[in-house]
Amino acid sequence: MRVSELNSAVDSYKINQASLKAEADSKTYFGFWVYLMTDCVLFASLFATFAVLHANTFNGPSAHSLFSLPYALAETLILLTSSFTCGLAILAAQNKAKRLVLFWLLITFLLGLAFLVLEFREFANFVNQGDSWRRSGFLSSYFTLVATHGLHITIGLLWIGTMMFQVLKKGLNRITVRQLTLMSLFWHFLDLIWIFIFSVVYLISGGLNI
Amino acid sequence: MYLANLFGRFSGGNVFPTSLVTAAAAIGVVILIIAILLLITLTRRWTWLWREWLTTTNHKKIGVMYLIVAILMLLRGASDAAMMRLQQATSVGSSHGFMSASMFQQVASAHGTIMIFFAAMGLMFGLINLVLPLQIGARDVAFPFMNATSFWLFAAGALLINVSLGLGDFSAAGWLAYPPLSELKYSPTTGVDYWIWSLQIAGIGSLMSGINFITTILKERARGMSLMKMPLFSWSVLGAMVLVAFAFPILTVTLALLALDRTLGTHFFTAGGGGNAMMYVNLIWAWGHPEVYILVLPAFGIFSEVVSTFSSKSLFGYKSMVWAIMAIVVLSYGVWLHHFFTMGAGANVNAVFGIATMLIAIPTGVKIFNWLFTMYRGRIRFTSPMIWFMGFIFLFTMGGVAGVLMAVPAIDFQLHNSLFLVAHFHTMIVSGVLFGYFAGITYWFPKVFGFRLNDKLGKYAAYLWIIGFVVAFGPLYILGLMGATRRLDHYSAATGWHLLFVTAGIGGAIIACGIAVQFVQVIYSIIKRDETKDITGDPWNGRTLEWSTASPPPFYNFAVLPVVRSRDAFWDMKHRKDLPESEIVALHLPKNTPAGLFIAVFAFIFGFSMIWHLWVLAPIGLIGIILTVLIRTTSGEHEEIVSVKTINQIEASMTSWKDYARE
Repeated sequence: MRVSELNSAVDSYKINQASLKAEADSKTYFGFWVYLMTDCVLFASLFATFAVLHANTFNGPSAHSLFSLPYALAETLILLTSSFTCGLAILAAQNKAKRLVLFWLLITFLLGLAFLVLEFREFANFVNQGDSWRRSGFLSSYFTLVATHGLHITIGLLWIGTMMFQVLKKGLNRITVRQLTLMSLFWHFLDLIWIFIFSVVYLISGGLNI
Repeated sequence: MYLANLFGRFSGGNVFPTSLVTAAAAIGVVILIIAILLLITLTRRWTWLWREWLTTTNHKKIGVMYLIVAILMLLRGASDAAMMRLQQATSVGSSHGFMSASMFQQVASAHGTIMIFFAAMGLMFGLINLVLPLQIGARDVAFPFMNATSFWLFAAGALLINVSLGLGDFSAAGWLAYPPLSELKYSPTTGVDYWIWSLQIAGIGSLMSGINFITTILKERARGMSLMKMPLFSWSVLGAMVLVAFAFPILTVTLALLALDRTLGTHFFTAGGGGNAMMYVNLIWAWGHPEVYILVLPAFGIFSEVVSTFSSKSLFGYKSMVWAIMAIVVLSYGVWLHHFFTMGAGANVNAVFGIATMLIAIPTGVKIFNWLFTMYRGRIRFTSPMIWFMGFIFLFTMGGVAGVLMAVPAIDFQLHNSLFLVAHFHTMIVSGVLFGYFAGITYWFPKVFGFRLNDKLGKYAAYLWIIGFVVAFGPLYILGLMGATRRLDHYSAATGWHLLFVTAGIGGAIIACGIAVQFVQVIYSIIKRDETKDITGDPWNGRTLEWSTASPPPFYNFAVLPVVRSRDAFWDMKHRKDLPESEIVALHLPKNTPAGLFIAVFAFIFGFSMIWHLWVLAPIGLIGIILTVLIRTTSGEHEEIVSVKTINQIEASMTSWKDYARE
């Protein structure tokens, strides 16, 4: 009798602790979603800026003459694939497969890095042609919008790197899985922003001559 | 060349102030800082300061620190205002006052910037930190470490803007730094950069606070407190924080783009190169208009609590109040263009924004009537928070009518940039925001410090403020109608404005007396604190949960989290016989950490380097921030356990209403 009472007390304590932790997790996820929405507004402001300035070429190159659509498509496909591999990493984390998590994180990291290198090469080409952000209002807004996304990708890469290190050292505990989940939210969000950049910057203003 | 890279703009000369007034102010600030540091060292308080304050993650202490910084900034902004009043009262005809034109513009810009970003925002976040978790029955905010970081970023921004007193100069481009004037070509000195980076650093802190409080309100409420049972102050904070989350990213972008224009030579807002200066004005007001509601909504919330408590009645029209707040939140995003009807967007665009602006008067009017109906047939106690409220309701309604007047584009074309506009928005911000926060400070002071402020002196201060305000800003309405523009450092005697400007100066002096009385009030109340001690935790016969714990509350706020059954949760608790007794359990609470302080120090270094073009130091600041964040997020446990024994000991040493209810 006594023992069963004790057992049920221990159980309820465990349940209580578990629900407390679940609550703490849901709080963190919610807070992170709110952060992502504020970041969304930040990008929205930059998109608005691009929309206002995209025709202000000041006798410099226009979007149509500058951008190469196949190149941008290659960047897009690389980033989309990295989003997919990031999802696979989360799937592996839920199955507690530590080595698989590390593998997919590494692939995601490499794809992200490849994207960043491509973007940097594109920027370097434009600057070497004399079409830097100083050239016109259009180029200022183009560089700022795309580079802000690139800056986010850089932070994402830093985050993936520290996550690999943490998973390697601490394994897949509650905290690391939570951080992995947040990281993947961030990475998918950046993918989404890129789809908008691809559509608005490269397809609409680069592809069509408007 | 190498030296220029290392020392940036410092190698260019013109570092120290040339004006006597600025130099004196800078030396005064330096002496003050040295005196404070000496005092801490002499009284051996460093360890205490570090452990209890600088590394704290407790929302109540962070709130107190916000208030201290905000009140210092309020004094700085008020001295700027006094200088402007003095200049305008004396600089007429052949006399040119004591300030040069350029210095007057700097003082005017500093006054607006400091009052909005550092005084009003600081008072707001201070009060929210102090009260909100207590009011919703929570032990802290959702992310205590992030909260501390927000505060320290705010403090770093405040420090940075004051460095401009002694090193370099401040922006002379107005409080919102419109380009092309604020571009490098027309403002080549450090001034606008000080403006950009101090606001950028403080603004990111505010954005983080916004995220934090939204999560706190939506995730941390006591059991039983559904949204429609939430006290009105908490509702108003939710509204304000939603605005913060959606408006501050726009500010971040706008400031960043202006900084890019000035440092990397982009063409966002430049006059040439395909830039568009009007885009800046649109962007800054897309943040700026919601910003005024960010400031005023919590003040509305405070007045709702004050009126309800001191009328001993439930708030009249609770649901309509909630809807009014949310209507204001939505509408505030659709009116930004009324700040520049004269841009020339066309009659139809102006008409749409004019009508949208007038619509805001409807929910605001609903609130005014609800407060009045709350007082109707109430048992009213005219304490000093109520005097602030009475001043508010009178002035705010008048200022609101002036606002509706200016919402008519045709009238606005006459009044744009005039002193009429200046008088209008000061009426709204001083009576709405400042009086609200003064009422809030008086109302919640005993909760935070354990004793009440002297009520009589509080009333004197309120009367002086209200009368001083009418005398100071009444003439500005008239001057505006007579054609006086804002930021006027000199005018001709033939205008006949002199007497009105002198009257405004006298009003300013009366307000200064009000501020002096407020300081006397605080000092007097501290000396006589034993007479006004709050032993029940409920000095005003309050209605909401913050009054159900001791004054000052223990660091964990509530030993047992309250359960809410009705809107006036504490009122209900006091008038019930069958209070459920719950067991005290051990708590997990966040540990202290200096990481927030370190992040802010590095942010300060980064901002300072960007202002002075110290390209070697800037990356150090940036890397410092990144490393601190990395170390913090990858290091182990951030919480510690408070045992039942400790809680019982603390509870036994305190008294709250329960100890008196039993007798």
